[in-house]
Amino acid sequence: MTTVHNFGVSPISCHSWSGDRKSLALSQNSNEVTLFSSSGSDWKQTGLLDQHDLRVTSIDWAPKTNRIVTCSSDRNAYVWVLDDNNVWKKTLVLLRINRAATCVRWSPEENKFAVGSGAKIISICYHEKEFDGWVSKHIKKPMQSTVTSIDWHPNNILIAAGSTDFKVRVFSSFVKDVEARPSPTEWGSKMPMGYLMKEFSNSSAGGGWVHAVSFSPDGSKLAWAGHDSSISVADAANDMLVMKLKTNLLPMCSLTWIRPNTIAAAGHNCVPYTFIVESDAVKLGSAMEEDKKKESSGKTSAMDLFKNKDKLGQNELETKLNFTHQKQIAEIRIVGGQKGDVDTFSTCSLDGKIVVWNLKTLAGQMKGLKI
Amino acid sequence: QAYNCLIHFYKRYLQKMAKNTSSNVFRTLDVDQYNEDNYKEDNDSTDPAALGPNDTLITSLLAANKPVEALTHLLSGATLGIKDQAARTASLTLAMRVLMAIKVSQIDDAVAQLDNESRDVLMKFIYRGFEVPNEGSSAHLLVWHEKVFTVAGVGSIVRVLTDKKRV
Repeated sequence: MTTVHNFGVSPISCHSWSGDRKSLALSQNSNEVTLFSSSGSDWKQTGLLDQHDLRVTSIDWAPKTNRIVTCSSDRNAYVWVLDDNNVWKKTLVLLRINRAATCVRWSPEENKFAVGSGAKIISICYHEKEFDGWVSKHIKKPMQSTVTSIDWHPNNILIAAGSTDFKVRVFSSFVKDVEARPSPTEWGSKMPMGYLMKEFSNSSAGGGWVHAVSFSPDGSKLAWAGHDSSISVADAANDMLVMKLKTNLLPMCSLTWIRPNTIAAAGHNCVPYTFIVESDAVKLGSAMEEDKKKESSGKTSAMDLFKNKDKLGQNELETKLNFTHQKQIAEIRIVGGQKGDVDTFSTCSLDGKIVVWNLKTLAGQMKGLKI
Repeated sequence: QAYNCLIHFYKRYLQKMAKNTSSNVFRTLDVDQYNEDNYKEDNDSTDPAALGPNDTLITSLLAANKPVEALTHLLSGATLGIKDQAARTASLTLAMRVLMAIKVSQIDDAVAQLDNESRDVLMKFIYRGFEVPNEGSSAHLLVWHEKVFTVAGVGSIVRVLTDKKRV
């Protein structure tokens, strides 16, 4: 079952849910972030975060601390905190970058967040007590181009970053002022700030921007989606084996783990797909929606053409996609459950809709669904 | 006479200056290569000795009227990322010979017995073949394109565009 939430015709470029999932923050390809709260089956606007000068590129709402971080093409990021009067108060974060910020994510413990940017830098930001503000440390080398996506490892230290230099990298973001020294993981044992733990090339054929990265729930595997229509998974517990699936589909823009070995990815195909991760290969699962094509006789008669022109005012018979989303999906977010054990997830798209996908009911409806 | 001397030197000076300002050699210097921030291509690990598909084997298979086998050998050979332009062109010419030699009725089977990697390479050859058409090649290539697309989907076309190692 899918629930469609319509927010108009403007594309929704990014979105994030509050911890209790009753509120939603989204940006409609503008410099503003609108907050909505659900009241029954409707959405009421409860806030407007309009401090950015240029397009907002990413939003993340921390579930436990209830803080929202937004970043934008204007090279800034703001942390928003709800005060006693129910007003969202902003704090500027000094990213110290000279290009657009592209993506932002809170760490699992919400004491840090990472911002990727076109300046080929990742800014790791944390709250400095003495300065009473957010300061950033830079991870620079050896990134050669824009950072497009970031995901945190469950240990709150390691981050994965995908970039337009066709590489995926795992870095340490250890900040000694904020946290204790981490214990070794499958990715390595030495983790000073900015240390490159591992670097992966998207393709041996040399291309494909990396659009999205995601650690598996236990952090031992790292999945990414490349613009060469591929999904890859690196298994740190298995000698850094990289399993790559070159799909027959259009490229994916966002992905996450819905089961310990199943990935849900969505992008230019306008419908989410599942991918099953086996011990040595990634296989295509299935689309999460059936192509709702009505039985057409193939050749449409001239009479039908004119009938439709008269009735619906359209020249062609089929311009609608046979999926719920009509345009490419920009982002996937987990709604119910958590990574690896997802009950529902949402997709926001350039068609102005946010669709919530319920895995349980979908599995019941769709016989071919592979999760 | 001193005056004439002066005029002479002045004229020579102007000539020299004129020569200097008309010299554009400095404009041919590519200053961007010295920029530290430049994106550096990965040093190709392509074996320089791999100069393309096995010419002799494939030609002999074509002569022996075994074009589908020739296709398999062509596509599993070293066809991607050939640096030498002459070798690249030769590779394309050979590929076109193989593709033209396979009849329309044989194409479905030929595509079915290839693996995914080979189908991606095939799609790359098809598009390069479109770039340099000759006498009816495009029509035949269109059939190839349709058949490969049915099996390999949009993804194979996306990879024609995004893969940096070209055919």
